Amino acid sequence: MAMLTINDLHVYYGVIQAIKGISFEVNEGEVIALIGANGAGKTTILHTITGLIAARSGSIIFQGQKLTKTPAHRIVKMGIAHVPEGRRIFSHLTVYENLQLGAYTRGDKAEIEASLETVYRRFPRLKERKNQVAGTLSGGEQQMLAIGRALMSRPKLILMDEPSMGLSPILVSEIFDIIKSISEGGTTVLLVEQNAKKALTIADRAYVLETGKIVLSGNAQDLINDESVKKAYLGE
Amino acid sequence: MQQFIMTLIDGINLGSVYALVALGYTMVYGIAKMLNFAHGDIIMVGAYTIVVFITRLSISVPLAMILCVAFCALLGFVVEKLAYKPLRHATPLSVLITAIGVSYLLQNLALLIFGTNRQFIVRFIDVGNFNLFGVSVSGISVIIWVTTIVIMIGLYTFIKKTKLGRAMLAVSEDKGAAQLMGINVNRTISITFVIGSALAGVASILYSAKYLNVDPYTGSLFGIKAFAAAVFGGIGSIPGAMIGGLLIGLIEALTASYLPFNLNAASDGFAFVILIIMLVLKPTGLLGKKNTEKV
Repeated sequence: MAMLTINDLHVYYGVIQAIKGISFEVNEGEVIALIGANGAGKTTILHTITGLIAARSGSIIFQGQKLTKTPAHRIVKMGIAHVPEGRRIFSHLTVYENLQLGAYTRGDKAEIEASLETVYRRFPRLKERKNQVAGTLSGGEQQMLAIGRALMSRPKLILMDEPSMGLSPILVSEIFDIIKSISEGGTTVLLVEQNAKKALTIADRAYVLETGKIVLSGNAQDLINDESVKKAYLGE
Repeated sequence: MQQFIMTLIDGINLGSVYALVALGYTMVYGIAKMLNFAHGDIIMVGAYTIVVFITRLSISVPLAMILCVAFCALLGFVVEKLAYKPLRHATPLSVLITAIGVSYLLQNLALLIFGTNRQFIVRFIDVGNFNLFGVSVSGISVIIWVTTIVIMIGLYTFIKKTKLGRAMLAVSEDKGAAQLMGINVNRTISITFVIGSALAGVASILYSAKYLNVDPYTGSLFGIKAFAAAVFGGIGSIPGAMIGGLLIGLIEALTASYLPFNLNAASDGFAFVILIIMLVLKPTGLLGKKNTEKV
């Protein structure tokens, strides 16, 4: 059974319809990529899943529970973490405080401490800078902090919105390696990316969005070789 | 010299009370991004509860003080729930006008219940004088300072060290990201109002104990000055509210004592002159943060 099922989702900003009847599934253990140009509705889908925007109609089911009527602050506890576009770390707080906020819904101090160690092991830079104010980190470090903060909730499903945006090519590769290793660690990943080539190389399956609709879907390998995808998104 | 020290003491007393009220303005602004103009009137309500509990009902002083703070906190909670929460997604102007409306509502309720006459408050905190460097300092002054310092340290520790405090900081920076952490933003805003109003309750006790009277407009001018203090220190900044409060109090006391005849009557206005100069020189206030975000 699918971990996350989205069925005929419609989302509006005022009178403008951003999502026009989208359906897709994410199975446990998969890396799914949503690719498409600016304004295709990728970010809107992620925001609707985590409850930052309300859907007009349609359903989002996560492990048998309906999310469309669940307030945003409860969704984290159900096992979904969201690494938002532009990172949105708390720039006035320290790295350590940001990571602690990631574990906000968890109670057990000893287990939170263990997760913190796991995050520090994955991102040694964050450990070095744990008492530094997050706003003073470099872009790449901020992205790592945003990912580390999301991992602190011990998610079953992690949503990532443009994690490679604004980073140098070396850092982009590093971030994609991290996403791969998160997936290998057993967390399901739903990835939104403009860097379609990179996204397709690590994804199992992908959906291509255009102006609020899914226009193409399939195995990532097949999409990489698809002529129309090559032309529109891979710049070949 | 003696007079100068006395003036300083007066200024610090006044400034401490301003600071407690300014904290409420600044915390609510930081978290809900709104100016709660009804905040000053909470002091007036608190002072009337002291009148009712101590003068009319003869409840014991410690219990009356606890009830006063509890009543103010409850009032803050109710005002937020009924007046501001429904406007969470409204334009800032609607919220501002609503806050002014709440302020008039509270003043008029007080007029209705207690009438226009100034009510006198019995001297309910009566402690002897202390000798500080050869100057006799009233016991109430010492109580004001100790209370203010304890509250400042307590509040700072609460915000820096507790989970709820950290959640408040997160909400104040980015509500959406805070929700993604699992923080209930509405509840956090509500708690902020309760804490701010409870601090105003404490301020109203100190005010009543020192000035011994209240009328329906007590909170209005006092609240505006505390608001000026919050802006002076940098609205949204907690240490800023403390420093702003003390400075506005000191400026007021010094101008009232030392400006030549005719001008000292304008000491109420001087705080605002200093505020305007401050805002011209540093628009974010003394400790205000400029939001420079990395993209």
